Amino acid sequence: MLLTHIAAASEDFNPLIPKTPELIIGLICFFVVFGLLGKKLLPSIEKVLAERRDQIEGGMERAEAAQAEAQALLEQYRAELSEARHEAARITEHSREQGAALIVEMREEGQRQREAIVAAGHAQIEADKKQATAALRQDVGSLASQLASRIVGESLEDSARQSGVIDRFLDDLEAKAAVAQGASK
Amino acid sequence: MSADQLTQHLASGSCHLFDAGCGFPAPGLNEFQFNPIFTVAGVGFNKPMLLSMVAALLVIVFFWVAFAKPKVLPGKLQLVGEIGYDFVKRSIVLDTIGKKGEKYVPMIVSMFFFVWIMNIMSVIPFAQFPVTAVIAYPAGLAGLVWITYMTLTFKKHGFVGGLKNLCWPSGIPGWVMFILVPIEFFSNIFVRPFTLAVRAFANMFAGHLLIVMFSIASWYLLSPSIGALYASTSFAVTLGLTAFELLVQFLQAYIFVMLASSYIAGALEEAH
Repeated sequence: MLLTHIAAASEDFNPLIPKTPELIIGLICFFVVFGLLGKKLLPSIEKVLAERRDQIEGGMERAEAAQAEAQALLEQYRAELSEARHEAARITEHSREQGAALIVEMREEGQRQREAIVAAGHAQIEADKKQATAALRQDVGSLASQLASRIVGESLEDSARQSGVIDRFLDDLEAKAAVAQGASK
Repeated sequence: MSADQLTQHLASGSCHLFDAGCGFPAPGLNEFQFNPIFTVAGVGFNKPMLLSMVAALLVIVFFWVAFAKPKVLPGKLQLVGEIGYDFVKRSIVLDTIGKKGEKYVPMIVSMFFFVWIMNIMSVIPFAQFPVTAVIAYPAGLAGLVWITYMTLTFKKHGFVGGLKNLCWPSGIPGWVMFILVPIEFFSNIFVRPFTLAVRAFANMFAGHLLIVMFSIASWYLLSPSIGALYASTSFAVTLGLTAFELLVQFLQAYIFVMLASSYIAGALEEAH
């Protein structure tokens, strides 16, 4: 019974022949899908996709710009830093030189002052010596005159001074002393 | 016996292996014949028609929810939609046709998802019938592809150029042309739309028949005997086939639009 039903059904049913109503319904369904997707939904998503692409590309561009700026800033800082180091080295060097010059100058100044003091001392001593010599000479002259007058019995004081005998004698003495001093040295 | 009657017959569950006078109710063409749910002006409205509408509706609703208010930062559904859209757009249309294919993206995208969902109806509970196993549905779409193919060919190359594009392959020695030109002509103009429709139809038809066969067998073989073992084997095969069919459903939709794209690409090809 079952088999006859299938056979009977199969006779007027060819699965390879499309039936018009189904064909039409299928096409209508497709065109509804196509219409909505093609006219509205896909253009709207395409717009958003393009927008997203733009944003991503824009974001990347911005990021690149920021990176370039950061790089430039870094270069600048590095340059400044190296310049500052250079400057510091220069200043250190300069102050070292200046210090050295100052020390040299001070030393020279000290030397000069010492020499001045020494020279002043020498002059003083010379002056004192001259004064002492002059005084001594006078004293020695008068003492010798007094001694001679006592021995001779008359005053030779004035005439001796006038004749310069005493001075000559003393000069001779001094010359001898100088020669002796030079020999001892 | 129609598919609905068979289902009723099975639902009654009266017939099992080893029962006296109970042959195997093998499924056949009857599985693909449906009684009208209702009739308008002498035209019966049957289950595949309903399912094709449901499929169209599902595609529309999905893309409506996903794409109607698109955001630059996509939600989950929009993301899924974008992946599907991008897949068809890039790896089918643009890959096959190239930059000129941009214009045909909406048509191919609609076609892919419509066909795929119609195929998937095969494994959806209560639907359980691939709409494309009825030839009218793939035939309609193949017809559309054919019209597009022909229109583009003749619009681009003119009548003579179009004919040449269709049946004059390049780089072939003259004497082979005697054989090749008729073959190309026949192949491109008549065989292509036919195979396009039949390929989708036959795959879905056979797949559905297999699933039905093993489903019925699972029930028929079930009895408190060794039959229980047969039944469970049959059931396991049904599950395996269902998984396999899921793959085939996708593949057939993919092949359908892939071929449609390659026909369009052929039509747009520069004359050689």
